[in-house]
Amino acid sequence: MARIIVVTSGKGGVGKTTTSAAIAMGLAKKGHKTAVIDFDVGLRNLDLIMGCERRVVYDFVNVINGEATLNQALIRDKNCNMLYILPASQTRDKDALSQEGVGKILDELKKDFKYIVCDSPAGIEKGAHLAMYFADDAFIVTNPEVSSVRDSDRMLGILSSKSRRAEQNEEPIREYLLLSRYSPDRVKLGEMLSVDDVQEILSLHLLGVIPESKSVLNASNSGMPVILDEKSDAGQAYADIVARYLGEDRPHRFIDDKKGLFGKLFGRK
Amino acid sequence: MSTDSQQIAHHSPVLEFKSSTFSVPVLVLVGNDVITIEQQLQEKIQQAPEFFKNSPLVFDLQELNKHDLDINVTELTHIIRKLGLLPIGIRGGGAQQNQQALDLGIPVHSGHIARDGVYAANQSGTGAASTATSSAAPKQQTPEPEPEPVSAPEPQAVAATTTMITQPVRSGQRIYAAGDLVILAQVSAGAEILAEGNIHVYGSLRGRALAGVQGNTEARIFCSDLQAELISIAGNYKVSEDLNSAVHIRPVQIYLQNHTLVIKDI
Repeated sequence: MARIIVVTSGKGGVGKTTTSAAIAMGLAKKGHKTAVIDFDVGLRNLDLIMGCERRVVYDFVNVINGEATLNQALIRDKNCNMLYILPASQTRDKDALSQEGVGKILDELKKDFKYIVCDSPAGIEKGAHLAMYFADDAFIVTNPEVSSVRDSDRMLGILSSKSRRAEQNEEPIREYLLLSRYSPDRVKLGEMLSVDDVQEILSLHLLGVIPESKSVLNASNSGMPVILDEKSDAGQAYADIVARYLGEDRPHRFIDDKKGLFGKLFGRK
Repeated sequence: MSTDSQQIAHHSPVLEFKSSTFSVPVLVLVGNDVITIEQQLQEKIQQAPEFFKNSPLVFDLQELNKHDLDINVTELTHIIRKLGLLPIGIRGGGAQQNQQALDLGIPVHSGHIARDGVYAANQSGTGAASTATSSAAPKQQTPEPEPEPVSAPEPQAVAATTTMITQPVRSGQRIYAAGDLVILAQVSAGAEILAEGNIHVYGSLRGRALAGVQGNTEARIFCSDLQAELISIAGNYKVSEDLNSAVHIRPVQIYLQNHTLVIKDI
């Protein structure tokens, strides 16, 4: 049975698109046929992060309007043939999306794909609403700072009251916390909320912590999802997250200060 | 409520009368100065504007009449409507007042009234969390008002129904309970919980909690971890800034004494 995953946060700039690209790639790499949809109509980014911006012909809105078929609009990823991207339209706005149209596309994708990752835009308006409405699972991307946590909390409220599952009284959406841009050093200095602080406010199942990492920006700029950079800490964090989501039991990493052997020997602070 | 129109077979009747009990706020007047009434009513509404918006309302004149205070029903109705409430009944009025109400299309509710301005807390189980959905309530006008069970007043202000919430109440969510409200999870900052009776929160209380929202001064708030943005009982409130740090992040109960909120450790 296909599962629809929404990657959402409320707040902008926390790493939704980075996360969508990484986990979609991670799931596909594990052999699951995966589609990733950019819901940020008008502010298209996912194609850049996935490195397929030069192959976009048709987009999400074209398919909704019946101007192209789903197969015409889906772009196969160049690194992994199990992964397909459905880009957003850059020349339209969120009003071009309709609940009925989105529902139809998702139903069609569900026949063919195992996982459908919906990259939500920021905010709680139409685009974000439609991205989460049909979801089975929600990845809440949160940065360790108060405004991001507050917005995530708001989004969780919307997930539990305004989603299709909530409206039809089905089993609620499964919610997972992804804490991104985490820096143990700054937590230690009291400049950043700790995992425990965030957990206390949100009380959510923690799927993983993604450390603040230069590799994320590099990956974005080069159009390679960061999960493909297996040497980077952020890439490994996303690999852990995908594995945990698929049911593997992996210990959490990147929460504590990572001291190298050198640091341990010499007690570096 | 809308079930009556669902399936229409051949030649079957297109309507039927059903008797339902609704939970409707009752405005008990104890003074007859319409300007003060308007002022105070407006203040009340401002505490929960969404809840009062288009809410049906029964106004109760028994206290006034007991003290021989007259009030112009036409004027009163005008004020109530102006403030966005929808009067759907008069109670405890004199013959002339009742006639005035009828002339305005407001039905007269028979039966006796609860004493001491206690909010009539009768409702069937369904009313528990849906008092705020007032749109269907004006239907109450249609059936001949049989004496409602309001008539046997217990000096017990808290409704028999208790609303239980087991999921976290998230920022931006709002929960209204016609009776007591028991929350077994946390209430996030930016969330709002309202109850006509008591409120119990067994997780952290970080949002706004308003007990006794219909004027029940006996209502209390109990919480195991007080970090609320605002607490209120029967309209007497304190914001987070006014909360003494001694009671912060502690299990406490909050009640009303001489119109002042008292916060005590438990």
